[in-house]
Amino acid sequence: MIFANPSSPEKTSERLQPTGWLRYFSFSLDHKVIGLQYLICGFIFYLIGGSLASAIRVELTSPISDFMARDVYNQVLTLHGTIMIFLWIVPVVNGAFGNYLIPFYVGARDMAFPRLNAVAFWLIPPAGLMLISSYFITGAAESGWTAYPPLSITTPATGQIIWIISVLLLGGSSIFGGINFIATILKLRQPGLKLMQLPMYCWAMLGTSILVVLSTPVLAGTLILLSFDIVAHTGFFNPSMGGNVIVYQHLFWFYSHPAVYIMVLPAFGLVSEILPVHCRKPLFGYTTMVYSIMAIVGLGLVVWAHHMFTSGTPPWMRLFFTIATSFIAVPTGIKFFNWVATLWGGKISLNSAVLFSCGFIINFVLGGITGVALAQVPFDVHVHDTYFVVAHFHYIVYGGSVFVIFSSIYHWYPKFTGRMLNENIGRLHFVLTFIGFNLCFAPQHWLGLNGMPRRVAEYDPQFTFVNQLSSAGALLMALSTLPFLWNVINSAMNGPIAGDNPWRALTPEWLTSSPPPVENWEGKAPLVNEPYGYGRSTKNPKSPNDGERDTK
Amino acid sequence: MPVPKTILAIFSGAIAVAAGIWIGQNVNLLPIEASENAPVYDELFRVLFSIGTVLFVGILGLVVFSLIKFRRKSGDSEDGIPLEGNLSLEIFWTAVPAVVILFVGIYSYDIYDRMGGMNPLAHGASHDHQAIATQERVWGGIGSGSISDKADSTISPLPIEVTAMQFAFLFHYPEGDIISGELHVPTGRRVNMRMESKDVIHAFWVPEFRLKQDVIPGQPTILSFTPTKPGRYPIICAELCGPYHGGMRSTVVVEKPSEYEDWFNKNSKIPVLET
Ligand code: HEM
Ligand SMILES: [Cu+2]
Ligand SMILES: [Cu+2]
Repeated sequence: MIFANPSSPEKTSERLQPTGWLRYFSFSLDHKVIGLQYLICGFIFYLIGGSLASAIRVELTSPISDFMARDVYNQVLTLHGTIMIFLWIVPVVNGAFGNYLIPFYVGARDMAFPRLNAVAFWLIPPAGLMLISSYFITGAAESGWTAYPPLSITTPATGQIIWIISVLLLGGSSIFGGINFIATILKLRQPGLKLMQLPMYCWAMLGTSILVVLSTPVLAGTLILLSFDIVAHTGFFNPSMGGNVIVYQHLFWFYSHPAVYIMVLPAFGLVSEILPVHCRKPLFGYTTMVYSIMAIVGLGLVVWAHHMFTSGTPPWMRLFFTIATSFIAVPTGIKFFNWVATLWGGKISLNSAVLFSCGFIINFVLGGITGVALAQVPFDVHVHDTYFVVAHFHYIVYGGSVFVIFSSIYHWYPKFTGRMLNENIGRLHFVLTFIGFNLCFAPQHWLGLNGMPRRVAEYDPQFTFVNQLSSAGALLMALSTLPFLWNVINSAMNGPIAGDNPWRALTPEWLTSSPPPVENWEGKAPLVNEPYGYGRSTKNPKSPNDGERDTK
Repeated sequence: MPVPKTILAIFSGAIAVAAGIWIGQNVNLLPIEASENAPVYDELFRVLFSIGTVLFVGILGLVVFSLIKFRRKSGDSEDGIPLEGNLSLEIFWTAVPAVVILFVGIYSYDIYDRMGGMNPLAHGASHDHQAIATQERVWGGIGSGSISDKADSTISPLPIEVTAMQFAFLFHYPEGDIISGELHVPTGRRVNMRMESKDVIHAFWVPEFRLKQDVIPGQPTILSFTPTKPGRYPIICAELCGPYHGGMRSTVVVEKPSEYEDWFNKNSKIPVLET
């Protein structure tokens, strides 16, 4: 096993690799190339998943099932959920930004295991293509992203098996990534850089990777058992053969609740990097931020049964999971207050990165509030499996994670490409996305409370108008992608040159050229002990970490 | 004379709290209340809605205010204040959510108990419901609670066996050996349902009753409720169960006891015995 040793000139990424655009199609070992591969690949899947979402919203403009066949609707629904989670948010907030940033943040020239890293990425495109192609071969899986048996055992087997294999591959990719991040953060840190001096995103990725490594194998095992039930007619989860369907739900959610933190903890980390730079202030409450991440990791492992309150769980179990789930709101709340305190008294640039980050704060607070309500058993028995839950988790995964992904793209694009994005188009993108998103999902709370279940292609006609409102919001969200796409493509060729550090940021990825050279720094890696040392300049003209700057 | 900042802050905080509470108490987002635990549910809902609105409006206000107040003036390239933290503030905003959560937890426990959630098996299980009285493992939904006990003392609960299948519900009344696709229940009398699925997982949901319970193959589940308001309400399957899941609906007809009696006698296959 070879560790990239930052202080020696030893090379871990091979020099003899394609350069130019071709390297993005190669088995490159450069963490920056792999990061961008994750990002672009994820975005392509986002466009596919988004088209499926639009198809769902078109079907729901009328109360009858008229746009697509009922089984196709369920396939579209299943593909949408699976793609958005396993091929867009998880790979992008972890794989893309993690690979690009973590080696910089620990002062390394690459990840701990560059080959494993490339393998982890190259598992994703085939898994994704396989998943999507299943639709054209025999029809995709149609039992939802949760694949509850016995439905998943009785629906057409081929689609379900392909679904299982894809998710297993994606889970494997995720585990490889997680191991790599843990090793890189703990073992490749530059001498002289203490754990409590790391940028917050490192802590978020450390916590997330622990969750990945602990919980993803459980999902893998569960899905393998499920596949036995489907192909070999075993009876693990098949009640007609004495199996137990509730056991599947416990195993599934033991992974899939942590999975929601796998989607959102890295986003918390990214926001913690973005806000201080554009507010010109230190991140407020570094230490409590670290502890709250770790508290979320710990609690996040023991709340899974809040997805099963109506599954016939015994009262003591309902109570335990209510309490554990509610308490997650405390460390989560700390982080939000700390971000607001980071804004307070700053010199905030109202650019697209900040707008998307603040949009995230607002959306996520609403999603967190409905989350705490859902954690209360008596509240949940009415709204479980309704559009209220759909609204809750879209406020979290879209209003939270996806807003942060956009914010991060606006923030790091100059580093990725060496060019600036157009800020006016960026703000337009924000306004359209924010309005479209809220118009799409806020009314769904009401739908759920008043009797619309989730995962249906037809519904009570009294809900027609509100569903059309929601679909109009979805249309706006779809349209908002266009200015964004134009912006990133056009700016890559014609944007103004960014320079090394357009935001005057202090974290290490900015202390090198844009885009950075293959091994990150031409000379010695800078030692950054104060990644958030803003505001010293007035008292002390020498800004923190100054002497360390790479002189190439 | 300029108003001191703290007074202004306290004042705007008070307005946010008052607005939140008013909205939570006065904006109704819920359908008709048609069972005994619906008003209890709505009480919990209004409290959570109030707290949620206060928190949301508060944070929204702080973020928007900061973005406006602290935005960078053009040409200003200074940094903000080098404030890295404040222990007492951080303790404060750890403690406040913790207290709110504690309150919400205890309060919702109380609500849950009043709905009968804490003893779904103890009560309804033993008397007059043969199926439940047997030794098989029955997993609970919301059961019989203190509210229902009042009704309980005079009238015995109405047992109903529910079978769910792709894509319909069947209701069997052991007392009259009636099988019906529509659920008929009288007001003011507790209904004890024992549910089982023939194929995949379904869920029994009546929004106007604020109740939902999965109907599971191979594992009976129970649900008790006491209807209060006559009317026809939808029964909705809430668990994805196949292509026609969206169409898997039925109706619960809540009737005055005399009307229910008529319906029952008309359909009963067991002759009514003289009492
Ligand atoms: C304050 C923190 C949160 C609490 C208390 C909370 C609570 C809950 C509860 C109780 C449910 C189950 C509702 C039901 O099915 O009846 C739920 C569903 C869900 N939550 Fe959260 N949640 C929180 C944060 C999050 C986060 C951070 C994410 C993702 C990034 C998330 C994503 C989801 C998803 C995807 C579902 C639906 C899963 C499904 O049934 O398909 N939640 N949440
Ligand atoms: Cu969860
Ligand atoms: Cu169904």
